[in-house]
Amino acid sequence: MDMRTRHYTPQPAATPVAAPITLGAADLALIEAIQRGLPLVSRPYAAVAARLGCGEEEVIRRIAALQQAGIIKRLGVVVRHRELGYGANAMVVWDVPDEEVAELGRCLSGFEFVTLCYRRPRRLPQWPYNLFCMIHGRDREAVMEKFRLMIESCGLETIPKAVLFSRRRFKQRGALYRPSAVAPATRADPIVEGSC
Amino acid sequence: MADSAIMQTASTMPLDPLEQSLLNDFQQGFPLSPTPFAEMAARLGVSEEQVITTLERLQQRGAVSRVGPVFRTHSIGASTLAAMCVPETRLEEVAELVNRFDAVNHNYEREHRLNLWFVATAPDEAHLQQVLAEIEERTGIEVIALPMVEDYHIDLGFDLQWT
Repeated sequence: MDMRTRHYTPQPAATPVAAPITLGAADLALIEAIQRGLPLVSRPYAAVAARLGCGEEEVIRRIAALQQAGIIKRLGVVVRHRELGYGANAMVVWDVPDEEVAELGRCLSGFEFVTLCYRRPRRLPQWPYNLFCMIHGRDREAVMEKFRLMIESCGLETIPKAVLFSRRRFKQRGALYRPSAVAPATRADPIVEGSC
Repeated sequence: MADSAIMQTASTMPLDPLEQSLLNDFQQGFPLSPTPFAEMAARLGVSEEQVITTLERLQQRGAVSRVGPVFRTHSIGASTLAAMCVPETRLEEVAELVNRFDAVNHNYEREHRLNLWFVATAPDEAHLQQVLAEIEERTGIEVIALPMVEDYHIDLGFDLQWT
């Protein structure tokens, strides 16, 4: 029934970790203003602009620039899988030879059901795995089927691996990049002056 | 601490076609025009108000976390995935302590010897390390930090596949 999810779609080359981009005070203020989401009003960018003391076009232009620079990966509706019937989620981890990790990472990230695919360091002896994927499914068996498909399609039969199903969710929300609650003073600081 | 309450796995909530479309078709490419909801409404053949109220409702029901940006990990600030091996009897207590940190945005129990997995995000590396050290100190349990080294995934959202 879920056959459509099992396509392997070749993807463009992975984006390596971007060198940390230096963001100006105006960009940081904008990020702080939108990190919890845009207001659900007719003119959300104007509402953000009013908060920041700059123009609506300026907010739109800067968000577009942040997207262009790859700082914003995507802009849109962020869903919560569990509430939508995707009750099973697993972190699937692999211990891949270092020289093959990029190639396999690209292979695994080509599946539509993979929502994250990262290389991370090993921490021996507790943690031998260096490639991480997140997959969601309606139930455990759906996730395991996807797992088997990944092994088959990317040739991972002999690679040490583990499937870490989630049990309880203790917390889930978007990351807060700017500590807005801690530093209300910054808003009154001279970021304003028409510069958004 | 409503945010950190332990949540049950929800059963599928019934969704009408407008809700399904808003959830599935607008995970990326949110219009960068002055009236983005009106633009979505025009595409869907409904009113702007319907789009806004439906999104509000989906947010209240927990299906939508937010309408807005997903930032690339590491492009702003510092963040890491971290794992802990927590004795079963202490799991809730430790999870709650971890949740209390504003820097922690995700926190899950997983099936492994390392059974508590969380993501912490802070304005800079020093702040992040301080959070991890504090969690370690207050729980007496080692925190294994596993920061991202490379991202292979192009985030196009998630196909919800209504069937």
